[in-house]
Amino acid sequence: MEEESRKVKIKVKDLTLIFGKNKEQALKMLKAGHSKSDILEKTKCTIGVNTANFDVYEGEIFVVMGLSGSGKSTLIRCLNRLRKPTDGQVLLNGHDITKETNRELLETRRTEMSMVFQNFGLLPHRTILENAAFGLEIRGEAKEDRLQRAQTALETVGLQGYEHQYPAELSGGMQQRVGLARALANDPEVLLMDEAFSALDPLIKSDMQEELLAIQEKVHKTIVFITHDLDEAIKLGDRIVIMKDGIIEQIGNAEEIMTNPASEYVEAFVQKVDRKTIITAGSLMFEKPTLVQYGKDGPEVAIRKMRTASVDVLPVVDKNRKFLGFVWLNDLIDLAKNKTQKIDDAIRTEVSSIHKDYTVEDMLPLISGKKSPLAVVDEKDGRLQGIVTQTSIIIEATKYDKNEISDLQEQAKEFFKWTK
Amino acid sequence: MDKIIDLGTYIEKGINALESHLSFLWSAIDDGISWTVESMNDGLLAIPFWIIITLIALLGYYLSAGKKSFTREGFKKGIGIASFTILGFVLIYLMGYWKETIQTTTLVLVSSVIALIFGIPIGIWTARSHIADTVIRPILDFMQTMPAFVYLIPAIFFFSVGNSPGVIATVIFSLPPAVRLTKLGIHSVPPDVVEAGYAFGATEKQILYKIQLPLAMPTILAGVNQVILLSLSMVVIASMVGAKGLGSIVYQGIQQNDIAKGFESGLGIVILAIILDRITQSIGSKK
Ligand SMILES: Nc1ncnc2c1ncn2[C@@H]1O[C@H](COP(=O)(O)OP(=O)(O)OP(=O)(O)O)[C@@H](O)[C@H]1O
Ligand SMILES: [Mg+2]
Repeated sequence: MEEESRKVKIKVKDLTLIFGKNKEQALKMLKAGHSKSDILEKTKCTIGVNTANFDVYEGEIFVVMGLSGSGKSTLIRCLNRLRKPTDGQVLLNGHDITKETNRELLETRRTEMSMVFQNFGLLPHRTILENAAFGLEIRGEAKEDRLQRAQTALETVGLQGYEHQYPAELSGGMQQRVGLARALANDPEVLLMDEAFSALDPLIKSDMQEELLAIQEKVHKTIVFITHDLDEAIKLGDRIVIMKDGIIEQIGNAEEIMTNPASEYVEAFVQKVDRKTIITAGSLMFEKPTLVQYGKDGPEVAIRKMRTASVDVLPVVDKNRKFLGFVWLNDLIDLAKNKTQKIDDAIRTEVSSIHKDYTVEDMLPLISGKKSPLAVVDEKDGRLQGIVTQTSIIIEATKYDKNEISDLQEQAKEFFKWTK
Repeated sequence: MDKIIDLGTYIEKGINALESHLSFLWSAIDDGISWTVESMNDGLLAIPFWIIITLIALLGYYLSAGKKSFTREGFKKGIGIASFTILGFVLIYLMGYWKETIQTTTLVLVSSVIALIFGIPIGIWTARSHIADTVIRPILDFMQTMPAFVYLIPAIFFFSVGNSPGVIATVIFSLPPAVRLTKLGIHSVPPDVVEAGYAFGATEKQILYKIQLPLAMPTILAGVNQVILLSLSMVVIASMVGAKGLGSIVYQGIQQNDIAKGFESGLGIVILAIILDRITQSIGSKK
């Protein structure tokens, strides 16, 4: 896959973090395969993170999701060593953070990773500008320089004009913008965001998500984002990991997790989400439909192909596989009767073609009474990538299965009979 | 009842030993305190009383009204303390206790400054080290619950009669709130703000100076207020070992059964207490 070739920014290897005094015994028990509750009982130690393994690629938004207490905060704090891992490695640009001396660690935190907190963590006695400059101040930048850069960061998050106010004078959303500006002012490679938007009310939260995506377009940071909200995870995450009891249950993009949940826990999460907005044409499409070759296949051949595939409609492509339209069986039969050699007159183009990333929600309005499938074409060269049938869209949209849908159709027909 | 353990005697022996072996230290401390107190007294008494009263009234006004000093709102806030200061001190002057009031104020200020110089760093230390806290907490309890008079005996022993034993006893008595409230202040700094500091690579020192102390400041200032008021109450008792000031007038009043003297000097202490309290409180409540 293309992701394999991307640069790994943070590599987490067998990362384990245990809370409590008797860490060594707990670690031994954990390695011997004892359960979390077993270990808690015997050693009074809590397993915060249990043998986590993952890579975060450069420039992606990597979302960590899980219920309260699943170890998300603990995990993200291992990345900048606010918590020292009990076992395992965290490699930032291939360099192991768990082995750094205190000096090196301060340097890493000052230049390479910045963090944004759920409760903002702003200094109440300082102005917005001074707060935004805090990271630079800690790093020892000259005053003029740091205020200048803080000012730029505040502009990036849309807070110009508030420089000389105090945090308590700002709304929650604005305070979190300050938190974000403080992190951006340091110009780190990695942003760690622990439930950064969870304390905000829903509308503001949604604004902030948009804002973060817009900023990310410009700055291309590597972002590790924690949330317990799947909608947020899907909106922001290039990839999502799902955690439970300190264990990573699944890693994948939103769609992989939605369509193929690795466990009941993940499934429980996924069920709450509106699938219409996640499932895309890419995952619904039938990738190897029988094709009618324009210029090569005449009506007779096309009809034969339909009989073989037992369908009454097929896509037509040119010799480069560029999509031209659909042909229907009854039209072809008419042409065949007239002994026409070409299929041109039968090609129907009224159904618009779509791209792989169209969601079910996008596709629903395109469904027509004629039950035509939708053609999925490449955005660049118009080549046909697959077709999506109307039935599969409706199944996704309604979560009814095929039988239920045909029942519904029967009922609808009855209904129309009576009304006509 | 028979004494089975003669703890007191051991303490006494220990104190004797301390006194004789470290006598140079005690006399140095004695000289330092006496010199400071006396020169401050002389200095303050050399200034005409009305200048001092005006300055204190203005200070009180400014601290209460803050940046709004020249607005109506600020005037409303500051005028109370300013007029009380003027009326109170003028009354004291008219009663003829101006000198004693200055002496008491000096003792309170010197003792409080010493108590704060020791108390605040110890408070920071106990806030940041669990071990320090476990060791120091019982000592503080001891200092606060031991009847104040009891310090006076060894204090005279070390420093002979005068202002020095009074100051030392006062420092011991008023130190605990400085320690306690500094620690409380640091502990009540929101942990996420401290964590944010660490996340941005702050050193322990930066955490302390840039985050913990500024955020703990209101509580530390409440401690300062406590220290000053406790000092004042102790300075009165310290007159029994020869500390000069309003306390010694109260003491005379008691000894001579002089109701008038006792009342006037007592009233002077109350006025001084109110002024010191309001002024230090307004420092704490300012942004
Ligand atoms: N300092 C600590 N000492 C002991 N146990 C802890 C400590 N901090 C967290 N834990 C435990 O570790 C586990 C993971 O906690 P963590 O805070 O990482 O969860 P989380 O996923 O961030 O939860 P939330 O969504 O509530 O923030 C929990 O069982 C928690 O009780
Ligand atoms: Mg958390």
